[in-house]
Amino acid sequence: MEEAVSTDIEQEHEQTRAAAIKQGAIAGFPIFLGYLPIAIAYGVLAKQSGLTTYETTMMSLLVFAGAAQFMAANMFAQGAMFLQIVVATFVLNFRHFVMSMSFMNKIHNFPLRWKFGLSLGLTDETFAVSSLNGKEANKSYGKYFFLSLFLLAYVSWIIGSFIGAMLGDTLPTSLSDSMGIALYAMFIGLLVPSVKKEWRIGVIAVISMAINYLLITFLNLDDGWAIVLATVFGSLLGISLLKEEEA
Amino acid sequence: MIIATIIGMAIVTMVPRFIPAFIMEKISLRPWLNRWLNAIPFAALGALVFPGIMNVIPEQPWIGIIGGLVAAAIALFNVNVIFAVVGAIFTVFLLTM
Repeated sequence: MEEAVSTDIEQEHEQTRAAAIKQGAIAGFPIFLGYLPIAIAYGVLAKQSGLTTYETTMMSLLVFAGAAQFMAANMFAQGAMFLQIVVATFVLNFRHFVMSMSFMNKIHNFPLRWKFGLSLGLTDETFAVSSLNGKEANKSYGKYFFLSLFLLAYVSWIIGSFIGAMLGDTLPTSLSDSMGIALYAMFIGLLVPSVKKEWRIGVIAVISMAINYLLITFLNLDDGWAIVLATVFGSLLGISLLKEEEA
Repeated sequence: MIIATIIGMAIVTMVPRFIPAFIMEKISLRPWLNRWLNAIPFAALGALVFPGIMNVIPEQPWIGIIGGLVAAAIALFNVNVIFAVVGAIFTVFLLTM
């Protein structure tokens, strides 16, 4: 009798976890699709910059940061050295520190090893989609929601890079050029529904755009620092504009 | 040498990602700090889009802008974000033909 009860509970337990994994995959699917063409374009570029297929794919596996990988491929092609590339990568990716602060706040109740593991999968896209699904963190299997979302993005990025490296320069440039809009369109597509619900969010985004533009145009700041500063100062507006529940 | 550089890149990317996991473990936040952190995704999205979107086709910045406007228009209908992505790619493809 007792055994039957415990299997019942276990089954329910499994189902909710499976449901969380499925929900995470559904939320991550647009990233999966968006990453493929971008990763292929990266793979093609890295290969043309003189990296081997192994190096091209390893960079995606170990670094998992689109913009930095494009930059590194370009720098390798120009003959840049270790320190230049590593420092430029640090600057460009430092925005993830700010994003991680925000995300860690949302998953405050997760065990530390989960926080640590998930933090390694933070990209602009996984961060944006996770933040918009922040309520999942309070559900009992929320951990699996984010794990599945992040892994889907990670796998897509690696597979795409490998395909790109294999394709080499057989991909027509007109097509790879058009793919360049994909991630911007995703950012816009994620932002607009939130702005529709709460116009104040639009104010924060537009002010942040303006700060970013001014820093790049008039102070000639690196893109990396400009995005970090625009994000930090633009979001300061949220202190007075947002209400507590707008997580 | 290339692999060493890639490992260096991996380390400087990983560390800023995971340090907040340890910072946020220790502190409990005041409401205003919460609101600040909750606004970060929206500020980040803004900064990620503009002015970078003008570099999609660097010689013709308006093509990126139009692609972005198409994506925004599609997103207004509350459809899956994939449609905004496909619509924008298609727009840029037509404009660069």
